[in-house]
Amino acid sequence: MTVSLDITRRGFVAGAGAVAGLTLGFSIPFGREAAEAKAAIDEINAWVVVKPDDQVIIRIARSEMGQGTLTGLAQLVAEELECDWSKVTTEYPSPATNLERGRIWQSFSTGGSRGIRESHDYVRQGGAAAREMLIAAAAKDWGVSASDCTAVNSVITHKASNRSTTYGKVAVAASKLEPPKEVQLKDPKDWKLAGKPVKRLDTADKLTGKQIYGVDLKLPGMLNASIKACPVFGGKLASFDDSKVKSMPGVRGVVAVGEDAVAVVAETWWQANSALQALPIVWDEGENKGVTSETIREFVAEGLDAKDAFVGNEAGDIDGALKGAAKTVEATYTYPFQHHATMEPMNATAKWTEERCEVWCPTQNGEAALAACAEAAGLSPAQCDVYKIHLGGGFGRRGAFHDYVRQAVMIAMEFPGTPVKLIWTREEDMAHGMYHPYTQCKLTAALDENGDVTGLRVRIAGQSILASVMPQRMKNGADMVTFQTLLPGGEHSISYSFPNLLVDHAMRNPPVPPGFWRGVNANQNAIYMECFLDEVAHATGQDPLEFRLKLMGDYPKNAAVLKAAAEGAGWGKPAPEGVYRGLAQCTAFASHIAACAEVSVGDDGKVKIHRIVAATDSGHAVNPQQIEAQVEGSFVYGLSAMLYGECTVKGGRVEQQNFDTYRVMTISEMPEVETIVMPSGGFWGGVGEPTIAVAAPAVLNAIFAATGKRIRTLPLKHHSLAKA
Amino acid sequence: MAKINVNGSVLDVAADPATPLLWVLREQLGLTGTKFGCGIAQCGACTVHINGEAQRSCVLPLESISESDTIVTIEGLSEDGSHPVQQAWLQLDVPQCGYCQAGMIMAVAALLEKNPKPSDEEIDAEITNICRCGTYRRVRKGIHLAAAAKA
Ligand code: FES
Ligand code: FES
Repeated sequence: MTVSLDITRRGFVAGAGAVAGLTLGFSIPFGREAAEAKAAIDEINAWVVVKPDDQVIIRIARSEMGQGTLTGLAQLVAEELECDWSKVTTEYPSPATNLERGRIWQSFSTGGSRGIRESHDYVRQGGAAAREMLIAAAAKDWGVSASDCTAVNSVITHKASNRSTTYGKVAVAASKLEPPKEVQLKDPKDWKLAGKPVKRLDTADKLTGKQIYGVDLKLPGMLNASIKACPVFGGKLASFDDSKVKSMPGVRGVVAVGEDAVAVVAETWWQANSALQALPIVWDEGENKGVTSETIREFVAEGLDAKDAFVGNEAGDIDGALKGAAKTVEATYTYPFQHHATMEPMNATAKWTEERCEVWCPTQNGEAALAACAEAAGLSPAQCDVYKIHLGGGFGRRGAFHDYVRQAVMIAMEFPGTPVKLIWTREEDMAHGMYHPYTQCKLTAALDENGDVTGLRVRIAGQSILASVMPQRMKNGADMVTFQTLLPGGEHSISYSFPNLLVDHAMRNPPVPPGFWRGVNANQNAIYMECFLDEVAHATGQDPLEFRLKLMGDYPKNAAVLKAAAEGAGWGKPAPEGVYRGLAQCTAFASHIAACAEVSVGDDGKVKIHRIVAATDSGHAVNPQQIEAQVEGSFVYGLSAMLYGECTVKGGRVEQQNFDTYRVMTISEMPEVETIVMPSGGFWGGVGEPTIAVAAPAVLNAIFAATGKRIRTLPLKHHSLAKA
Repeated sequence: MAKINVNGSVLDVAADPATPLLWVLREQLGLTGTKFGCGIAQCGACTVHINGEAQRSCVLPLESISESDTIVTIEGLSEDGSHPVQQAWLQLDVPQCGYCQAGMIMAVAALLEKNPKPSDEEIDAEITNICRCGTYRRVRKGIHLAAAAKA
């Protein structure tokens, strides 16, 4: 089943009229059977439902978290379906239904900028197959050949007999037909709806308060919970004294959650959290209580020159090249832990009985949430279901990790039959992130007499995400994800050719849980590579654009975006007084991206980012205006990290607790962004993440141009750029 | 029992006087459009209007509100999403995840009441809401568009 939630204004007034109790005038459709019975009638196939009034419901397996995938995927289905776009709505199938139906919707995973690039083929086939079935139903009714009928805008026409009908009228008949064995997909150059900058389908409700997020959910009889887990990584709950809080208003229970957490359950969340904050808790802090940022820095730095390392990319003879070099340039960079800081804190609502467990939550991967639910509930996945709700931000936090789901289920198990909603405080959210990994990188370039690069040595030291999160995806102990943007080929290929090259990784895993953080390892690797090449260009007196292009002969698509961004910003022409430019480019998530930033630095050291021109080649561009939105948002995410983002560790825990100490960009720091969408066709690249990688290095290179100061440790807030 | 005036109705609320207005709106009145983001007046997700001023409701205890204070939440900004700021937002497809947008829209609507044609510098000074999706550029365009529409 799917959840559609709607608080109408009338609903509110009715609820408030009844003296603002806890039950409100809106309801959650629970009825799994009812939903399935309904689906059986008007479902043309798994992707398309057509109502008698011509409303089209397109099923979306991936999660909408702001990135616009819902609209983009619907555009692709509707393009092939030839339906009336103004009558399209969407719904999420549930993960348990997916399992039940043999994973007919395939993956629910929404990460790695893969929503569209991984599923475009089969969702378009779903749309095309539904179209054929609708046409066939009409043709059958008219006793004509389907091949003589056409469909446009939900209207089927048989020209010869001058007859026409609508999708809604033939939907039931169509749903009974055999699906076609194969369908022909349109050539993207014939697209009418896909590829166009159409408006998002999910905007209106986000402007009026109508859109329901996980934190807003309200089920009949629901209780609320707030939780604290041991703030020290790996620590446990020793004891708590509930005698003081048990009698606080609304409190219904104080429960240990797993080995490391305690939650208070109350009638309202505010009551639950007030009691939790008053609850005396003793932690068993465990072996990590002495860990600090400094001990982590030292532990990782040892890897910079260590012997043990996994090779990510190799060509020629780097040792020979370095020995024979006329000159070498060397620099070491560091990238700190970052927090996802989704605006909507972690939350989940669970209802458990001995036979069944249901969860309502924001998740980037409904199936992973279902697995977490089943495991925590002690039930089989078939006895569970997860109802997905649009996320108030995901950024990688809610895809591979469903700790909040597990907790909600464990709490609900203490209240059989009663739904319990768990919401984390921002402080809990900051303390229990899955942090952007910490790495350092030493780069050494071998140069000949002309200043040409004859070899490049890149040693990454630091944390592996896979080792902690998905060890099964490692290759002989190596985490190849560590090398994003530096690999020999593929969606995270290096985009320069060096005759002699060695990129390797000395894995050093500090006890801070790492996660996929929007942009993942492209973020720091692009800083390392792009800032370092800038250093080499300056060290050899070469123009950073010309210098790069010389190395990019094998990567024409990268060269094209780089030139587009540089030209768009007026590279080579004088910038406004006091404004300096910096470049960066890479291949990430199968797209080629580049940026040229324009920055000025005041005498007091204050940095102003005036404008960034960004170019993206994502192969196909399903919705250019949403690509623009993702590019702009990526600059905010990437530049927030560059300017301020850093989680420091003391006493084995993260020191930052809220947005007062974990600062992020606001509108006053937002540069003008000009987005060049330049799809070259023939491939499908992601757009939600790649641009983050070029944000920081483009700006850092511009800062160097402005000040002569090279920033090699982030965030920028630790550096003074004031004139001496 | 406290009485508060929300979106044009005077309502009875049974809650501890220390409860922040945010949680009264969300849990007692079911007005969940106003969002929780930080709880310490840093992010602006909980912005509502009190007597026409944008206020961060997560740090306003119920006891600080009197019956004569007029509270407007995103649900009461317009009947049907027709407020010029909502219309501008619709036209420019401003929201991404949308979580911050109710607060953003309330902050902008209050700004435009005081200052119908804010300059970029005034926007920078007045709009300090956090949006992690990074919709700032469209927010700025939306403010200018709404200002033009109101004029
Ligand atoms: S929740 Fe009130 S300012 Fe963040
Ligand atoms: S739209 Fe997602 S936080 Fe602003």
